[in-house]
Amino acid sequence: MNPVLLDILTGVLVLAGAAMCLAAGIGLIRFPDVLSRLHAATKPQIFGLMAVTADVAINNFSVGTVTLVVAIVVFQALTAPMAAHLVGRAAYETEHLRPDLLIVDELRDRRAER
Amino acid sequence: MMTIVAVVAGLMFAIGALLAVYRIVVGPSVLDRVIAGDVLVATAICALGAEMALNRHTDNLPVLLVLALFAVLGSFSVARFLPARDNA
Repeated sequence: MNPVLLDILTGVLVLAGAAMCLAAGIGLIRFPDVLSRLHAATKPQIFGLMAVTADVAINNFSVGTVTLVVAIVVFQALTAPMAAHLVGRAAYETEHLRPDLLIVDELRDRRAER
Repeated sequence: MMTIVAVVAGLMFAIGALLAVYRIVVGPSVLDRVIAGDVLVATAICALGAEMALNRHTDNLPVLLVLALFAVLGSFSVARFLPARDNA
């Protein structure tokens, strides 16, 4: 590949990953409750990781590198939503959320039964 | 040009990590601290990957694989075994 084009692609992808991490930090500080902070926190876990690992793959393009990169992204995409789901459910059950910010609360009936 | 990209990206990683550490310190509930810890691990993963991409080597890829697999175990255990009432 053209070296100048490769440099530009590398810089853009690295800056995209870094911008995701910065946005997650700012979201953690600015957002009001656990569920909205969860929304901010899941951005660098998937998109930032995908940008950075794709960057590594295009800089050292070989079968081993691409396989490892695909494995990393797949495992992160499997584990990060499970953690987010568990944390969100725990936040709901321990009422670490602001009910006035919810648009739809589908679990309200189940909570009333308990 | 790549030096400028490296400095800017490093500053963004550093500010993101510092904001996550701030949320870990002051976070009102333990779940906020768990989320901020996840963000800190994700920032570390992205920083390792960015260093690999900028220096054109692949030495840290196994570290990324292990972190992607096992970084969530802490959030799992805390969120699963959180007591129903806590104000910590």
